[in-house]
Amino acid sequence: MRPRSLRHVTFTLGAALTLALVATAALSLVYTPADPLAMSIPGRLQAPSGDHPFGTDQFGRDILSRIMTGAVTSIAVGLIAVGIGAGGGILLGLVGGWTGGWVDETLMRLVDAVQGFPAILAALLFTAVFAPGMVVSMVAIGIAFVPAFARLTRGRVLELREREFVVAARALGGRDGRLVVRHILPNALPPLIVQATTSFPVAILAEAALAYLGLGTQPPHPSWGLMLREAQNFLSFNPWFAVFPGGAIALTVLGLNLLGDGLRDLLDPRTA
Amino acid sequence: MRRYVARRVAALVATLFFVSALVFVVIRVLPGDPAALIMGTEGSREATERLRESMGLNRPLPVQYLEWLGGALRGDLGRSIQYDLPVGELILTRLPVTLPLALLAATFMVAVAVPLGLYAATHHRRAGDYLAMVVSQLGISIPQFWSGLLLILLFSVTLGWVRSGGFDGWSAGLWPALRSLLLPAVALGLFQAAVLVRATRSAVLDVLREDYVRTARAKGVSERLVVGKHTFRNALIPIVTVAGLQLGQLMAGAIVLESVFALPGLGRLALGAISARDLPVVQGVTLFVASGIVVINFVVDLAYGFLDPRIRYE
Repeated sequence: MRPRSLRHVTFTLGAALTLALVATAALSLVYTPADPLAMSIPGRLQAPSGDHPFGTDQFGRDILSRIMTGAVTSIAVGLIAVGIGAGGGILLGLVGGWTGGWVDETLMRLVDAVQGFPAILAALLFTAVFAPGMVVSMVAIGIAFVPAFARLTRGRVLELREREFVVAARALGGRDGRLVVRHILPNALPPLIVQATTSFPVAILAEAALAYLGLGTQPPHPSWGLMLREAQNFLSFNPWFAVFPGGAIALTVLGLNLLGDGLRDLLDPRTA
Repeated sequence: MRRYVARRVAALVATLFFVSALVFVVIRVLPGDPAALIMGTEGSREATERLRESMGLNRPLPVQYLEWLGGALRGDLGRSIQYDLPVGELILTRLPVTLPLALLAATFMVAVAVPLGLYAATHHRRAGDYLAMVVSQLGISIPQFWSGLLLILLFSVTLGWVRSGGFDGWSAGLWPALRSLLLPAVALGLFQAAVLVRATRSAVLDVLREDYVRTARAKGVSERLVVGKHTFRNALIPIVTVAGLQLGQLMAGAIVLESVFALPGLGRLALGAISARDLPVVQGVTLFVASGIVVINFVVDLAYGFLDPRIRYE
């Protein structure tokens, strides 16, 4: 008998695609069919062939190798951005929900204000004063995630703080910090894990969009969004140049979305 | 109801205060010396000092903030260094591109998503439902700017039906202007439509499980009436909420699509300002767009209270 998770088509398909992404990224650290940065002007803008299965870009660089290396960028930016969003949001949600009163009210208004800055806008703001790059991408995307994590955490804290086990722990003399860390946070985690899973593909899309706009990863470092930016000028010469990086983003995001949906169904069957 | 509105308005004012403070801190405080940042390495010390003086950067930060905020409230967002024009005026000249683009995309989003979501819900766990979900899952996975590039590839490069980008302005006529915005609006709306399909399906499914729907069916009410009158109207509240919140996302998405289709909107204004280190323009555009998103969220919040009286008493 297969485990329940493997019988869930959405979860299994999502997990397989995600595993393929991680494997590609890991493989690119030790092997790529060609050097992703090596230029070859005579071999520029080639269509897919045996030597270059995904063709070459405007500098003759192997697109497959660059897509493989770009997977590392996407995963790194996605993970760190979700980490920033989750860290900041959980902290704000815990403090606001546990403290209540004017502290909660003030923090929630701050969260409302941050919601006015989607990743693109936050990146525009940061790039005006700092050099564009992966760090700006991670911070901008992470900040955009803070409101969702903060609201979710606060909601769970408000619900949990009235529960008997928390009231009992408090009656036994438990201090605020200990109550929050030992009793509230572990019980608030499951929906936050689902939120992190569903935020990850959004982060990858945002990273690609920022790199496309020139606000994220900078050349010559491979990034899927950046490759699409470069491909736009050569659409009529080599359309494949735009198709493969975009396909890589779409497949990755599809896999992660399916994984997130499957995980949510498995953790909370009521939503299935 | 009056108390509910008053509370929401107070929250809006506080939120807008935080928005302005965040923009001010990033542009004026984080760089240390904005004048040096604008002048770059090529600026002489005297020129930097003159700029610092003209921008009022020698005064204490709280004074600078209050002056800037006071100006912003009067519509004075400063002066562009690159264009030597008021930032507010620059925003107003670019708004007739970004706003219609976002509105066209919103129209496309609603026109596609609501019927598809309704169809999926009323054909739950049948082929049509699965197909709609697969389409929406694909829609959510495709980046907006890639959809834009693929649309250019198909309709401009391959078929030659439309230009690959550019905008001649509304003075060139309604149809030429709309035609320039059509492909970017489709690319922008496609992603958001995919999100709304899922929200619509889920909202309609929730209502279809209600007792009053079962009662209506038991009474022999036709399926068309059950769906159109009893179900859809009640499912509209969450659908309107999600669609409203997506308007803000459309504004942000428009910034990306403007780059794909070379449209002279707010996003391109801000991107150009970054290259030119024109901090007042970046500050003005981000403040304007972020405030717009916060106001849209406020209107949605308020509409929710009007549509569902239970919200007001919570």
